[in-house]
Amino acid sequence: MIELRDLTKRYGDKLAVDGLSFTVRPGTVTGFLGPNGAGKSTTMRMVLGLDEPTRGDVRIEGKRYAELREPLHSIGALLEAKGVHGGRRAHDHLLCLAQSNGIPERRVGEALEMVGLQDVARKRPKGFSLGMGQRLGIAAALLGDPRILMFDEPVNGLDPEGIHWIRTLMQQLAREGRTVFVSSHLMSEMAQTAEHLVVIGQGKLLADTSMSQFIAENSRTHVRVRTPEPERMRDLLTEAGLRPVPGAEGALEVDDGDAPRIGELAAAHGVVLHELSTQRASLEEAFMRLTAQSVEYHAAAPGGTHAPPVPQEGTAPHPGGPQSPPGAAQPPPAWGEDWQDRKGRRG
Amino acid sequence: MSIQQHDGQAAPGAPQQQAAQGNWPNGIAPYSSPIPMARTHLGHALVSEWTKIRTVRSTVWTLSVMFALVVGIGFLTALGLSGDDFTGQPLLAGGLFGLMLGQICVITLGVLVVTSEYGTGMIRTTLTACPQRGRVLLAKAVVFFGLAFVTTTLACVLTALINSALLGDQTRPSYVNAEDFSGSFEGGKVVASGGEWLGATVGAGLYVALLGLLSLAVGALLRHSAGAITTMLGVVLLPLVMALFMVGEALQDVRRMLLEYSPLNGLASLYRIPMSEDQDATGWPLLGGLAIVTLAVLAAAYALLNKRDV
Repeated sequence: MIELRDLTKRYGDKLAVDGLSFTVRPGTVTGFLGPNGAGKSTTMRMVLGLDEPTRGDVRIEGKRYAELREPLHSIGALLEAKGVHGGRRAHDHLLCLAQSNGIPERRVGEALEMVGLQDVARKRPKGFSLGMGQRLGIAAALLGDPRILMFDEPVNGLDPEGIHWIRTLMQQLAREGRTVFVSSHLMSEMAQTAEHLVVIGQGKLLADTSMSQFIAENSRTHVRVRTPEPERMRDLLTEAGLRPVPGAEGALEVDDGDAPRIGELAAAHGVVLHELSTQRASLEEAFMRLTAQSVEYHAAAPGGTHAPPVPQEGTAPHPGGPQSPPGAAQPPPAWGEDWQDRKGRRG
Repeated sequence: MSIQQHDGQAAPGAPQQQAAQGNWPNGIAPYSSPIPMARTHLGHALVSEWTKIRTVRSTVWTLSVMFALVVGIGFLTALGLSGDDFTGQPLLAGGLFGLMLGQICVITLGVLVVTSEYGTGMIRTTLTACPQRGRVLLAKAVVFFGLAFVTTTLACVLTALINSALLGDQTRPSYVNAEDFSGSFEGGKVVASGGEWLGATVGAGLYVALLGLLSLAVGALLRHSAGAITTMLGVVLLPLVMALFMVGEALQDVRRMLLEYSPLNGLASLYRIPMSEDQDATGWPLLGGLAIVTLAVLAAAYALLNKRDV
């Protein structure tokens, strides 16, 4: 279990991590999601005691990192920056780590076998591919058979077979009762691996929820209608109690509408339809929408249906809620427009 | 304040404390490893650092080159000075020239022991495996100093033996005043006293190993290979070079001081050919001074290592 309390890191003027509080629990894979530069790696370095927090603290099984008696037995980590001396053979790299924690030497061979590097044990990592380097890092993390595993962008540089392997590995490690905390900037990757999700943007907590909850709340479906008579169609839909919104290419987008009902409505009034389709927003889009909004928290709360999901844990502060003044909420912009917009403004 | 939150009344902490006692929400028991684990101590760090230093090529290279320079140049010098007549130099002094070059290899290795970890990012892995940063620095210092001292002293002993074998049977020519070289001759043949032997072997080995340790500390301060090596070369060479160009009367005192405290003078004094005016200098006081400076810089490196983010 990893507990973060009000964890904050400031570099000069920039708040890299801003008051993060959440708990990573054993038995599940917890995904740590955020766009590049959101503060994921900084957070992980603070968990490992490499960077000193400006404020707040982190506990590993109730202890500070420096108090851990046998750190590699408690927590194994793969950091984004490789952390391997290119000139030291793979076996020797793991050996010196094992010795520093009194881990028996046989574990070196076992760890190399676990990640499939036994054939290059006597080779220097300088000549390793990105994927092999990643596997060596994972071997180092597994060396002490730790109760907690933390991986920073583990699929980077892995081929499809390697990606599948690491996914299976992480899920297996979690099933064994370990805490698995894995960062990524790819929602699609997390959707396939993680059961729990922590999303941050600009160093702030945006969501702390189960994956299924996140999917339910964020993958919004809508019906897309294209017709040569859009104005008439819109009136019909409004009369029927639906809320059509203008979409791309002159189409209408209807939230919460079901396609058969809209089709029947059009047929009853003799409106020609060129398209009638149910659109499902991808998780990736939901993620981008969520993180793009984090930019706006300083100015005004987006409010309405576009507010991020309420975090599950009572401990996690709702990022939009308490800080934003009541009444500042603006009418929700058309679906999909807002994150595109904001992205444009940022760049 | 944050500690209070953890141990104290903070309401959100309570359910998690319960969970830590075995009441897991998802019904999966926490993982427990079958691998035996010992509480780590300095011994583990020492073994680990020994593995690290012997498994990189830079160690083998720098120390082999140092060995070749010291013994090779020592041998050539002795060959050049060999002949029937005494040349006016203490018997073992020829070892200095090789060691002046060889010490640069030890300095380089000392710097690399620390900075190569920063350059490759290995330092993060190291400090994750051993969060007691002072322990890591101490283990590195002990392992490196031991290795540097043993190899340098071995090279110096070998060189001293070569000098003694090739030059030991030289005799005092008639034009050399016996009183100027009292103690250098025994029965008309040139000899080295016990103090000279000690200075040219253990003394020189200690001196160069200390310089290497100072380099390690400077490397830990600067965390950058090129910067630290350049700094150390400056420390070793600059005082002497500066002194060479201080010719004016007004600068005589500065010049004298620079020569006296030049690291090269310390080494030369151990070989009984000091560059300063004090021709009886043995080099041991300077070695003590170097040890104090080294410990001070190591202490500074320790303080900064604990303070900095890596």
